[in-house]
Parts: sequence; structure tokens; C-alpha cells
Amino acid sequence: MKIRTVTEDFIKDLLMKGQREDGRQPMSYRNIELKTGVIPNAEGSAQVIMGNTKMLAGVKVGVGEPMPDKPGEGNLITSAELHPMASDQFESGPPSPEAIELGRVIDRGIRAADMINSKSLGIDEEKVWEVFIDIYTLNYDGNLFDAGTLAAAAALYSARMPKYDAENEEVIREGNLGRFKIGGMVTSSTFGKIAGKVILDPDGNEEAFMDARITIANDENYLRAMQKGLGGSFSQKELETLIDASFQKSKDLRKLIISKVE
Amino acid sequence: MGGGEKPQLIINGKRLDGRMPDELRPIKIEVGTIRNAVGSSYIEWGNNKIIAAVYGPKEALPKHVQDPERAIIKCRYTMAPFSSLEEHGRSGPNRRSTEISKVTKEVFENVIMLEKYPGAEIDIFVEVLQGDGGTRAAGITAASVALAASGIPMTDMPYGVSFGKVGDQVILDLNKIEDNYSDADMPIAISPRTGDILLLQMDGTLTPEDVDLGMHMVRKAGEYITKLQREALKQSYEKISEKYKK
Repeated sequence: MKIRTVTEDFIKDLLMKGQREDGRQPMSYRNIELKTGVIPNAEGSAQVIMGNTKMLAGVKVGVGEPMPDKPGEGNLITSAELHPMASDQFESGPPSPEAIELGRVIDRGIRAADMINSKSLGIDEEKVWEVFIDIYTLNYDGNLFDAGTLAAAAALYSARMPKYDAENEEVIREGNLGRFKIGGMVTSSTFGKIAGKVILDPDGNEEAFMDARITIANDENYLRAMQKGLGGSFSQKELETLIDASFQKSKDLRKLIISKVE
Repeated sequence: MGGGEKPQLIINGKRLDGRMPDELRPIKIEVGTIRNAVGSSYIEWGNNKIIAAVYGPKEALPKHVQDPERAIIKCRYTMAPFSSLEEHGRSGPNRRSTEISKVTKEVFENVIMLEKYPGAEIDIFVEVLQGDGGTRAAGITAASVALAASGIPMTDMPYGVSFGKVGDQVILDLNKIEDNYSDADMPIAISPRTGDILLLQMDGTLTPEDVDLGMHMVRKAGEYITKLQREALKQSYEKISEKYKK
């Protein structure tokens, strides 16, 4: 249920003047903090703080069987969790359509950019590496798509690749380990449309009154995934402008990830 | 994106099924497939066979989902367990179908005049009986017709169609084998009256120029799909009036 509130009027009135609640420009991000290696037990991990949004991604690597139609190729399993502690809007129980969409959109970007090449994850004929990326929302204040993609990409980029001891059928997770071979480095930019105005990186208040959302994920050279969400629409011209903007914004995001991984 | 040996999908400028890059598969739409539904349609889009059915508006249940200002839409896209050429699927929703149900619902939130039915729900069912790539776009095209047939007021009748890329070539309306081995896939739904983009998803590898070219193909195909949707509706009324002539 949506009730027109003082907050809604305030946000919309400000946007008409090209302003936002927290003083940002329409096309700027909140302050972003990224920390990698926050969960040493995981093969890779990263925490992203984007304004008051806080997300944590963890990478665990295990040994599994290849899919029957993809012999020698490893598996990448990405999921996102809207943890009930992160907001009073999230509830316990099976994943909501929103959580599923979030996980799948982040997954498609990482997969399409070939961030981890599944063909490099074979062990032998029967065994392959399985890479699990779990993205946790710790505190919700909007734009989980970009914060989640950033956390997942940084966690993968910084992850150590375990070794497999075939003789003892053991996974070696400690000691002198290398990193994964990384293909394209994917990041995303999410735009919201409120009362006809388009903004980058909507926060929680803005998301509550947003008519449409679009997430554009790209690496240095190519578009890798896109997703329009909510019951509103975008024009062709808006789409073109936002694709350009996403390529521009992704430069800083990529730099941020690289700077946090020595 | 598919595994195994990649087949050559375009030979001498033509696709495996003989189509040109910007050519749609044959499409046939019928109205009134499900008698019990308020509106329904059946679409054959290449080898896709899909039924769409609409129920409502009726009281939204459970009560806590009601919106006192407008109707809510519930959408359920599913693929029948026998629908695919591969092994038996599991019936009912999964992660993929949950996402497709969500984005399909969001397409129709743009065009149904929801404010006319506060507290009500409108149910849209899309059941894929046989799938061969592009089922969400075909399902949206069919659901649009089912909604129009139901008489629920809408501001427009959206259509869906996808484009993608194979090698260097942008192609329209990918079938399953093209989708499996394509370099990119981008399903789109458009409101023909305003031209606005109501659904947009993409994964793979595209340049901004590919998007422009693909969107151009989509809009051109859309003119034809819109015509088919309207003709299907018109024919359903012609059938009824013939019945009363006798």
C-alpha cells in the first residue's frame, strides 16, 4: 500500500529542482566504501557500504560434478538474500520474487562478462569446481543491484583458488594459493525514474516512490546484462543515454575494485 | 552460453530455419481458448505453443495484499513439464519462472487502468505448452490479447519480441537453438502507442550500436505483431456475430 506522504512530496519537489534529499546530483553515486577479505574463512569476500546500504558477498568453492551437457566445465551459483534483519520490509521465508530477480540479474552480469570462465574450472573427468557466490543484504537503503554486483565482483576478484589433492580427495584451502583467472570485470549502474526524472543510485526513500528502474551491467567494452524493473517504462532515448552513462560510471567502480585488491 | 560444440547458426546470410536476420517466425493468435476465463488466447509463435488466460477483476485475497487505491496484478508464468525438447521438467514455479512472472506483471502494470478497481486483483496466467525460445515475449503478446478480450480497460496492447546476436550478426526473434548458442539475448516489450519500453532484459555481449539496430528490428516487427493481435480480436467477434445470424 502506497500512501502519499510528506517524504514523497519532498523527494518529488526536490527532483523538480534537480536536487536530492542527501544533496546529491541526479547522476551521482552515494559515497561507496569497499572492503575485501572481510570473511577470512571464505575463499573470497567483500563488503560494500553505499550510503546506508550495506551488502556482503562471500565466495565459497567446492568440488562437484559437471552438468551432463557441459563436461569439464565448472558451475557458478549466485544467489542473493534479502535478510529480514536488513529492513522491516523484508520477511523470513522462501526467497521473494525481488530476491530471485536480484540474484539472477547479478548472476547474468558476472556470467556474461565471463568474469570466471567456467571452462577453467574443470578438475578431471568427473569433478569440477563449484563456485558459490552468496550476496547478503545487511542493511537496506536502496540500490541493491549495484551494491550487490560490486560486492560479488570484488569478492570474486579477490578470491583465492583452492587446490585439489586427487590422491586424498581433499580440497586444500590454505597455504600458497593463486587467484581465479578473471575475464571481464563487470559492474552495474542502476537508474530510477521518479515523476519523469531519472536518477542514478536511488536510495531507500527514492526507491519507495520510483515508477521504473533499469540496471545496466557492463565491463570495459561491452554491455553484459540489463534489466528493467517495476511498473513504469523508459523511452528509447532514455535507454541510449543511460547506456552511455553506465559505461562512464563503470570506470570509477572498476578502479575501486582493483584498488582494493593488492 | 550453451555447452558442447557450437553449431553454425547462420549460413550464407540465412538462419537454420531459413529466416533472414530480421525475420519473425510465423505467428498465429486465437482468442477464447479457455471458456472459464474472462479473457483468453492461444498463440503459436514458431514452435512455441502458449495459452494465456485472465481472471478478474475480483476481490484481492488474502486481504492484506489489497491496495485501497488500485487493483493488483498477479501473474503466473509456467512451463509445462512436457514442454521442452530436453528431459522432463518440474511442474510449477522455479527461479526462472518466478522472475519472468514478475517482469510480465510489471509490463501490464503500465497499461491496465488499475485505479478503476481498488481492492481487486487481476490474474494473468501464461502457460507454455511447448517452448522453443522467446516464450516470455510470446507470452506477453498472448496475455495482451487475452486482457483485451477480457474487456478490462487498458491504455494500450503491448507486444513482446526478442533480439540477440550471433557472431557479428544482430538477429530478431531467437528460437531455442539460437538462444542456446547466441552471444546475446535481449527480450523486449513495447507499448506501441507511446513507443515506451515496458520490458527489457539482456545478457550476453552487446555494443550500444547493436542495441540500436536490434531495437529498430523490434519496432518494425512490432507493427506486424500489433496487426496480428488486433485481427485475432476482431475475428473472435466476427465468430460470435456469425453465431447469432443463424
